[in-house]
Amino acid sequence: METGARPAFGSASNPAPRDATSSNGKMLEVQDLRVHFRTMDGTVKAVDGVSFDIAPGSSIGIVGESGSGKSVTSLSIMRLIDPPGWIAGGRILFRGKDLTKYSEREMQHIRGDDISMVFQEPMSALNPVYTVGDQVAEVIRVHRDVTRREAMNRTVELFKTVGIPVPERRVRDYPHNLSGGMRQRVMIAMALANEPDLLILDEPTTALDVTIQAQILELVKDLRRDVNTAVLLITHDLGVVAEMSEDVVVMYGGKVMEQATVEQIIKDPKHPYTKGLLASMPSLGMRNQRLNVIAGAVPNPLNMPTGCPFAPRCPYAMDVCATMPELKTLDDGRKVFCWLY
Amino acid sequence: MQEENGRKPLQVTTGPGDDVLMDVRHLKTYYPVLGGIMRRRVGWVKAVDDVSFAIRRGETLGLVGESGCGKTTIGRSIIRLLKPLAGEVIFEGKNILDLPRDEMKRTRKDLQIIFQDPYGSLNPRMPVGDIIGEGLMVHGMKNRKEREEIVQYFLSVVGLRKEYVRRYPHEFSGGQRQRIGIARALALRPKFVVGDEPVSALDVSIQSQVLNLLKDLQQEFGLTYLFTAHDLSVVEYISDRVGVMYLGKMVELATAEELYANPRMPYTQALLSAIPIPDPSVKKQRIVLQGDVPSPINPPSGCPFRTRCWLAQEVCSAETPPLREVAPSHWAACHFA
Repeated sequence: METGARPAFGSASNPAPRDATSSNGKMLEVQDLRVHFRTMDGTVKAVDGVSFDIAPGSSIGIVGESGSGKSVTSLSIMRLIDPPGWIAGGRILFRGKDLTKYSEREMQHIRGDDISMVFQEPMSALNPVYTVGDQVAEVIRVHRDVTRREAMNRTVELFKTVGIPVPERRVRDYPHNLSGGMRQRVMIAMALANEPDLLILDEPTTALDVTIQAQILELVKDLRRDVNTAVLLITHDLGVVAEMSEDVVVMYGGKVMEQATVEQIIKDPKHPYTKGLLASMPSLGMRNQRLNVIAGAVPNPLNMPTGCPFAPRCPYAMDVCATMPELKTLDDGRKVFCWLY
Repeated sequence: MQEENGRKPLQVTTGPGDDVLMDVRHLKTYYPVLGGIMRRRVGWVKAVDDVSFAIRRGETLGLVGESGCGKTTIGRSIIRLLKPLAGEVIFEGKNILDLPRDEMKRTRKDLQIIFQDPYGSLNPRMPVGDIIGEGLMVHGMKNRKEREEIVQYFLSVVGLRKEYVRRYPHEFSGGQRQRIGIARALALRPKFVVGDEPVSALDVSIQSQVLNLLKDLQQEFGLTYLFTAHDLSVVEYISDRVGVMYLGKMVELATAEELYANPRMPYTQALLSAIPIPDPSVKKQRIVLQGDVPSPINPPSGCPFRTRCWLAQEVCSAETPPLREVAPSHWAACHFA
């Protein structure tokens, strides 16, 4: 398989570079985002006051367990929250403009062009009745004034970029002809087709085997170096984040528990949840030690604790934890949502 | 004992004097590939292709490998949930693949399994008490009260409340359901338990609870485990010895410490180097394998890994390397190990 001769990204097909930032140097600012879902039993606050921002070309990881709100956060940025869910509050500033105010039509210009997303399940994210080449070419033709032939040539080039062997032939394959790793490469090719400013990867390797995961992670690293796309990585695997991102947001119960650099989180976690999460991961060479356990289970989203959502499972819980803490910024620049600090 | 039965003694993967609970010899489990309008068999998927290993009493043997490597099929074949095409599974001196029906039924008490999917593996229309107690009833415990006592005992053993007997599976979280599956496996006091990716569907914080539980139960009930998972750190954590599978073959087997410190087979080396390490200061040299796993319908000749191996020579396509002892208690199937 040819990975050595990867053509440089950014060819003549793209016009002059866009100004990716707003006036303050941030490309994306999520401010106090709230996403609610109406259910038969009440309203679920899936995302409850989440804020973070992404600079152009940087990489940030959102880590959390199921139900933490990490995927809903990423879907909100793409404005892909459908009823019974809705964005109940907050702003999503992309290059200074609030995406939550955009019409569906305006969002269609953003999606797949300025911001694109790779989903976890590469089988269900591709349409089984079109060839993978047609599906990638369609993304180009929707956003660029090119002929069918030009779009297909560009698709072949993209397939080569993401390391798909014999791309001229593979563009004519249907999704079921390809393995999981190859399908995920097609998804990445599709996401990169219009050189987005922001690439959202939602558990991009969870459905893949470790050796294929390694291939995909190396690919994303290479692409980041060549293309300078900002990456928002959603995952439950701290190991993947540590390799791919500079900054981490740890989410639990719809809130940000801790936000820091990868180094700070891994070497010196501050929030009790982050500490517990790190200690409960078996890492190589700890065979005879007992794993740390976070007692209990994730709280029922319909019946969240009034204060800190982690308090019922927290070994350091105090009386004050029944009231909501604030996301405090510590001296070293990190942010922690805990009364201990 | 085994020689008396006229079987060739086969000290595969254990040392002399080991107390072997289960001895698996030349196991082959193939699935038919049907094709054409007559749905005739046009080939075989060689899910497990001539695998031999032994499991010692009280140990945990971990199996790792990527999807389709055959680890789940091995787990199901050696407790006869699947019918292997050939081979022997000697459990306490008897080949369970030839046992007559009634004797097999008695033996099944000793061989239990915990499934991967905590949602699909529990009948949604049965209360938890019946799920856990069903095996007891099948094996002759007709007294309802007696059954319920045992069920309640095992609920408490796995860390659930006794009052839960009348509840249904949908009332439980994923981690709690997996505990129910464990209680069901233990209720018959088995000697051998297959854990088929029992923690793979769980969140990290719940996964550690279940791993600790499995270790405690092994101590308490003297269990022997065959444990599969695709997460290599989880397998290293729980296993005494680890076997690596590739395309239906066992390609390496050693103690967990030895395998992770000193992998001999190139595939194992690549697999281990692919684990993401949650420490940004560790900059390791990763072996990124090219290409995909070949189809098990039409595996490569010789060594199954040769199509992706950087050491491959002509001999690798001509001869299948046998699993041989390359260091004390360390078996590898590679011409160059």
